[in-house]
Amino acid sequence: MIRRLLPFFAFVALSALLYAGIRLSQERDPNAIPSPLIGKPAPEFALPALHQPDQLVRKSDLLGQPYLLNVFASWCPSCRVEHPVISELARSGRLKVIGFNYKDQREDALRWLQQFGDPYAQILVDADGRAGIDLGVYGAPESFLIGADGKVLHKHVGPVTAEVIEQELLPLLQGAQP
Amino acid sequence: MRSTYWLTALLGWLLTASQAFAIDPLPFKDAAEEDRFRALTSELRCVMCQNQSLADSNAMIAGDLRKEVFALMQEGKTDAEIKAFLTERYTDFVLYDPPLQSKTWLLWFGPLAILLAGVIVVIMIVRRRAAGPDQTPTPSNDEEW
Repeated sequence: MIRRLLPFFAFVALSALLYAGIRLSQERDPNAIPSPLIGKPAPEFALPALHQPDQLVRKSDLLGQPYLLNVFASWCPSCRVEHPVISELARSGRLKVIGFNYKDQREDALRWLQQFGDPYAQILVDADGRAGIDLGVYGAPESFLIGADGKVLHKHVGPVTAEVIEQELLPLLQGAQP
Repeated sequence: MRSTYWLTALLGWLLTASQAFAIDPLPFKDAAEEDRFRALTSELRCVMCQNQSLADSNAMIAGDLRKEVFALMQEGKTDAEIKAFLTERYTDFVLYDPPLQSKTWLLWFGPLAILLAGVIVVIMIVRRRAAGPDQTPTPSNDEEW
């Protein structure tokens, strides 16, 4: 009897394995590389500001308040998709949003912001992508949640949605603030 | 016949053209350095298009990381140091040869375990057959299924 049912059990086991694989890839984007920086201090940077190109912004200048570092570029189609969400978040004042203009031309970035609006408290320019490599950026859009102490709390690859803000980003801040 | 020839020629040209495009002209000082660069970048996985190596990928980040690898080579960094530089930023994901860790033992030894299980099954079947059909009557296919 058991010998006869063996193929059936093998089938059930295989189905369970494949189903688990499907579920796992639904929960998390299998192509998104988790950041090795989570829980660690963000790398040091000194980058020019988009609106004041002669002014360097350092990591230490941004300490004291948590912020979302939003990697965007005018050449990135998905950045347009997430832009209204980012703008709404910045407008609500619930989280400071800093732009990270990644591998872009200054004129293109300014024109893009003029067209779609500029929600950013400040915009850092990483023209050659070198600072992006230190952060582990490999595309746009990507967003890093940085704590008031300069530690990386979270990284989101791809467009930020309202669900990402409510379920991934803001709960982390409530945990950090007393 | 003639059109096949032209198609083949075009295909060949396209293949070599895309190959040339993927590899940016970097100022190598000799062939040995170029070989080392090729070997190293083909062991690293592109973070954007993850079924390609860093050497083959046309993704923007792959080009940037190739430049970075080249710059680190110029600084006299060893292959291990360059790999450590990339895993610090992009995790073990960038390595085609994942390190042996508690998380990866199934990956490394899983195939061996499956092979061993197969060997055990074969041995069991051979032993049963060697015992002779008079002791364990093998049921016919119709009966079994």
